[in-house]
Amino acid sequence: MGMIQSRQDQLAARIAGQVPPLGLADARADALDRLAVTGLPGKRDEYWRYTDPMILNEPAARKAAVFDASDETPIFGAIDRLKLVFVDGIFDASASDPLDLAGVQIDRLAECQGSDHWAGAFYGVLEKAGQTPVNRPFAGLNSAFAREGVLIRVTGKATKPVSLIYIHKSDSSDVMLHHCIKIERGAEMTLLESGLAGARFNAVLEVELCEGARFHHIRAQGRNHDRHEVTHLFARLAAKALFKSFTLTANGALTRNEAVIDIRGDDAVAYVAGAAVGDGKFHHDDTVFVTHDALRCESRQVFKKVLKNGAVGVFQGKILVKSGAQKTDGYQISQALLLDGDSQFLAKPELEIYADDVKCSHGSTSGAIDETALFYLRSRGVPVSQAQALLVLAFLAESIAEIEDQAIAEDIRSRLEGWLARHDH
Amino acid sequence: MLSINNLHVKLGDEDKQILNGVDLKIGAGEVHAIMGPNGSGKSTLSYVLAGRDGYVVTDGSATLVGADLLAMAPEVRAAAGLFLAFQYPVEIPGVGNMTFLRTALNAQRKARGEPEVSAGDFLKLVRDKAKRLQIDADMLKRPVNVGFSGGEKKRNEILQMAVLEPKMCILDETDSGLDVDAMKLVAEGVNSLRNAGRSFLVITHYQRLLDHIAPDVVHIMATGRIIKTGGPDLALEVESNGYADLLSEAY
Ligand SMILES: Nc1ncnc2c1ncn2[C@@H]1O[C@H](COP(=O)(O)OP(=O)(O)OP(=O)(O)O)[C@@H](O)[C@H]1O
Ligand SMILES: [Mg+2]
Repeated sequence: MGMIQSRQDQLAARIAGQVPPLGLADARADALDRLAVTGLPGKRDEYWRYTDPMILNEPAARKAAVFDASDETPIFGAIDRLKLVFVDGIFDASASDPLDLAGVQIDRLAECQGSDHWAGAFYGVLEKAGQTPVNRPFAGLNSAFAREGVLIRVTGKATKPVSLIYIHKSDSSDVMLHHCIKIERGAEMTLLESGLAGARFNAVLEVELCEGARFHHIRAQGRNHDRHEVTHLFARLAAKALFKSFTLTANGALTRNEAVIDIRGDDAVAYVAGAAVGDGKFHHDDTVFVTHDALRCESRQVFKKVLKNGAVGVFQGKILVKSGAQKTDGYQISQALLLDGDSQFLAKPELEIYADDVKCSHGSTSGAIDETALFYLRSRGVPVSQAQALLVLAFLAESIAEIEDQAIAEDIRSRLEGWLARHDH
Repeated sequence: MLSINNLHVKLGDEDKQILNGVDLKIGAGEVHAIMGPNGSGKSTLSYVLAGRDGYVVTDGSATLVGADLLAMAPEVRAAAGLFLAFQYPVEIPGVGNMTFLRTALNAQRKARGEPEVSAGDFLKLVRDKAKRLQIDADMLKRPVNVGFSGGEKKRNEILQMAVLEPKMCILDETDSGLDVDAMKLVAEGVNSLRNAGRSFLVITHYQRLLDHIAPDVVHIMATGRIIKTGGPDLALEVESNGYADLLSEAY
């Protein structure tokens, strides 16, 4: 009872004085009602066992120094893309491209009232569905209060990626963004997300894939040290849909990425992958929940973490196969490379299967760098730091391989190479 | 070229002496063979020369063209011209064979103050050398040694040697696991690299390899020492009589 009460208290303190935006009032009211029941997560919640949510619960964002990443060229810089820029969570039209792309309708959440917009019946629906069987209160909080985000409806094959670029200028910005994407039958798009959104960042991305739709998502989080970030990705797949999401995470005081994938149509495919690197007092948490509720679907979770100097990596991954979901092919791997004795990897892989004709596997490992391979490389003349970087990249390669677009994959790889070069001792 | 004097080596983490005073001198352009019973310390000698962790040199020295080998990091030894073809080549998942070779070659060239080899020139170089060893394009693309058969791994070692062009080549049982044809290929690979400035130390259990790679000198190693040195005939003697006589002679 005491614990329940404290969750409600935390919620009350967190939202005191905040008023939900006017648009999409029903969805926001519904989210608030749900929140009132659950409150905010507590340390003792099973789902938050490895990651302390307290800083995310606090009423205001902790200050986060603006990070200077100018020693690197901007990520995705060489990719032809439609750029949409958010500065401390506010859309910056002057820095953005016109919201104009063939086969793609793009609107701002801030300008959507709901009643006469496709997103009126869409906003918050997948988020709400994703609250069972596990509560995700920060996603509900986001649905209630987020003012900004993009609403993207794709009816054709987008000719270039839509790129959301986040810029952090204020050291105390508390940012919420909520993006909705609906990909109509047979349509296709790629979404890129990059940059530092704010001192604290709460993001929700809802993606609906209609029959035969294809969605590629590549996200880069980092490299700032002070950020506290919680993201939720909710996806629902109809028959023959293809969904692929990859996240690169570098450093950051706290990053919790939840992905909730609901496979509803037959012969659909969903891949979620991540590569995380942490050097210092950083904490990354990937929490994934994939539900198979259709025939002959495939899902893959491939998560790799490289940790040193006290960095902590968490992976909670679940595959739930419902009773009718025969011929499911589910795969899950989470691995950590611990570059020293101070770092830690906590993993909780889970399978829950109610169908009898399925193929599901999961594995989780953590270990140090392979000394034999290191010596082999050095014996061929490769200096020790370069040899180590080569082995670390080789370790991460399996997750990067989940990215279909070669140019984007190469960009991600070169970021990791840069990170390793900066952290090679 | 290589000069080993009174080398004593024990294991780093336990009190086990493995090499008990190895003496060995290999002149430029010479080919020496070492034979010896299992566990006599042949691989240990090759690892210590290449700089692997886990061994402690308790006495003696080893120099390569006059420079103190034992004071150098493994990569420095490689750049100085030392190469070890491993008894058990290592698999490296996720690192492509080509990337591996190019990284190694360019790292060595950089260490020696030479310009890097361009991607195009490198490709030509490797293709040419690989063809002679009948290593196909697929093997070059795959991760280093991953899924290679025993014989393919050994051929891959010789390919690395051919690309890196070291001065002092140590081959640790490169012949074991090779079929008759592959053995000939490897021997041809070695023979084509033989020249006045390059030396070889060939560790083997079988005379068969030495039929193809004619050694100048043959050494017998037992319990961590060279107990006998002779000409090519010594290998034939081992082949027909085993080590028993040699061992009893030595003690
Ligand atoms: N890291 C180690 N830990 C324990 N024992 C070791 C280690 N390295 C070598 N030895 C021991 O040292 C001895 C010499 O081994 P080494 O591998 O050098 O022999 P070898 O002459 O190459 O044998 P083979 O002909 O079977 O290849 C053996 O008794 C071996 O078990
Ligand atoms: Mg051996």
